[in-house]
Amino acid sequence: MPTTYLEAIREGLWEEMERDANVFLIGEDIATYGGAFKVTAGFVEKFGEMRVVDTPISESAIVGASIGASLMGLRAVAEMQFSDFITCGFDQIVNFAAKCRYRWNAPVPMVVRAPSGGGIHGGPFHSQNPEMWFVRTPGLKVVTPATAYDAKGLIKSAIRDNDPVLFFEHKGLYRRIKEDLPPEPYTVPIGKARIAREGRDLSIITYGAMVWVALEAAGKLAEEAIEVEVVDLRTLLPLDRKTVCESAKKTSKVLLLHEDTRTGGMAGELAATLTETVWDDLDGPIVRVTAPDTPVPFSPPLEEAFLPNAEKVIEKARWLFRY
Amino acid sequence: MSTAELIVPPTRTQDAGPAEIARKCLYYMCQMREVEDRIERKLYRQGKIVGGVYVGRGQEAVSVGTAVLAAPEDVLFPSHRDMAALLIRGVTPGQVFAQYMGRVGGVTRGKDGNMHMGDLKLNIVSIISAMAASVPVAAGAALALRYQAKNHIVFCYFGDGATSRGDWHEGLNFAAVQKLPVVYICNNNQYAYSTPVARQMSCANVADRGPAYGIPVEIVDGNDVLAVHEAGRRAVEHARAGKGPYLLECKTFRMTGHSAHDAADYVPKHLWDEWAKLDPITRLEARMRDQGWATEAELDALHARIRGEVDEAVAWAEKSPYPDPATLLEDVYEAW
Repeated sequence: MPTTYLEAIREGLWEEMERDANVFLIGEDIATYGGAFKVTAGFVEKFGEMRVVDTPISESAIVGASIGASLMGLRAVAEMQFSDFITCGFDQIVNFAAKCRYRWNAPVPMVVRAPSGGGIHGGPFHSQNPEMWFVRTPGLKVVTPATAYDAKGLIKSAIRDNDPVLFFEHKGLYRRIKEDLPPEPYTVPIGKARIAREGRDLSIITYGAMVWVALEAAGKLAEEAIEVEVVDLRTLLPLDRKTVCESAKKTSKVLLLHEDTRTGGMAGELAATLTETVWDDLDGPIVRVTAPDTPVPFSPPLEEAFLPNAEKVIEKARWLFRY
Repeated sequence: MSTAELIVPPTRTQDAGPAEIARKCLYYMCQMREVEDRIERKLYRQGKIVGGVYVGRGQEAVSVGTAVLAAPEDVLFPSHRDMAALLIRGVTPGQVFAQYMGRVGGVTRGKDGNMHMGDLKLNIVSIISAMAASVPVAAGAALALRYQAKNHIVFCYFGDGATSRGDWHEGLNFAAVQKLPVVYICNNNQYAYSTPVARQMSCANVADRGPAYGIPVEIVDGNDVLAVHEAGRRAVEHARAGKGPYLLECKTFRMTGHSAHDAADYVPKHLWDEWAKLDPITRLEARMRDQGWATEAELDALHARIRGEVDEAVAWAEKSPYPDPATLLEDVYEAW
């Protein structure tokens, strides 16, 4: 029976809590209520209030307490109700958690789960993709799974990791995608991209929900005999530069795609990396398809115009293919 | 370095008699004063210190009177004016000097400076520069201690200025809701950098904020180390008994600027004069003489001993090398 993206995260959390008594959950409305998206429904009944801790509306306290508990040998998994609220715990993440190991050799094996992304008509404060605020903070790891398989494997790796990991789960994927998962336990390594579709003409490098947009575009472009390779980054920090550059060398043309806004987005870092590393192998300019530099708008026609989609990708890809 | 044998063992004073407590407190107050005087008034002026210097001159009784109560397994979160909490735990003066000079021998190996010192082996968690950021982290440490069914508690230190930050309020509220074993120790030294308490808050005392969170509070003369110790003992017993957090406000005064570069001209002269008469070391020594707990000769010997230890520690730190630039990229992650 296929497992949804949401169920995959839930399974990963459950298995790790069964495997390691040091793992505990902390966040708003996660215990009795089971979380705003019900990812942790049933957990408090199984693992008890000491391991599934409901908190006041205090994101800084949630992250801070996760750091403190992790310094003492536990493995905290904090839930931000929406990734948009992670700003309220920003200092704890970028100044406290990220720098402990470098400053005084103190590991912070903590995970912050952050439901992110648009397409659900959530408006400016329930739709953002705040990953780049953290990708430029050394000491953190940033994970953005696109599939149910990776969501489960990566949440397990994040929990076992001895550094602070931000886990951006795309809430638009929660119940929309599903696949059959292996019955046996498995993990997916942090820091490794994957080739989501092989192709020879052009590489689309993307992550999160946009992997599905890229695959949709690739399917349609194949009908025009344009063979697109789709690279799913899976982890943004540390970035798998090797896989990105190998794909670019193979196809010679690169389209960078993300749901996040344009300026300072992941595409900029990828473009610089490609220019530094595989410039001589490229046969065209590096192009970007991203959201524009605006807040995420609320009304459906506005949000539709804001979000990248397959049509926008296809248009750019055709242009690049013919370049 | 041989300072280990010179330092009073880091056992707690919970059950000690008053003379023993006084002797121990005097040792650490004098050690803190000597170490910080050496940093602020000598090494800084000689250009040997890298970066800022933040000392707790005049408020030594706060960290000493409380930290001597801690069991080795209790977890300490010192603020930047609680040097004695580090020394009592076993951080050596040599490590402190090396830290301030940016040397490998410093607690953070040159990766961070001044009072940003932490060591998990000693159960000390390092502060960061954002005031009160440690307060929610302290709650998390207490959460872990409770989950691990350890009867240990957390000592969380901060100044009056830190209580204006949201982190302070979030941290206290969460700890109170969860009834976590945290002792909050506020050194109310009247100034947050240049801003007096009256410009930080409209209540008279930091302790006035405790009841809003359902936390018991106590205000104590922060320049009387034995009074701090007594109040601290009540706070520790409360937290260790599982009754939840306790807020101890120690009224004191920062007998220096915010940092070594700050002449603190904004402090009225009469305040310096009034608080100078309340110096915690002078007061404890007078008490010890009056009670017959120490003779003048013994006190002189103590000061001489500490000066000698500190001389030795400075020499050790000056011999410690600067970090190799090749270590720049190390320790960002467990494995990179």
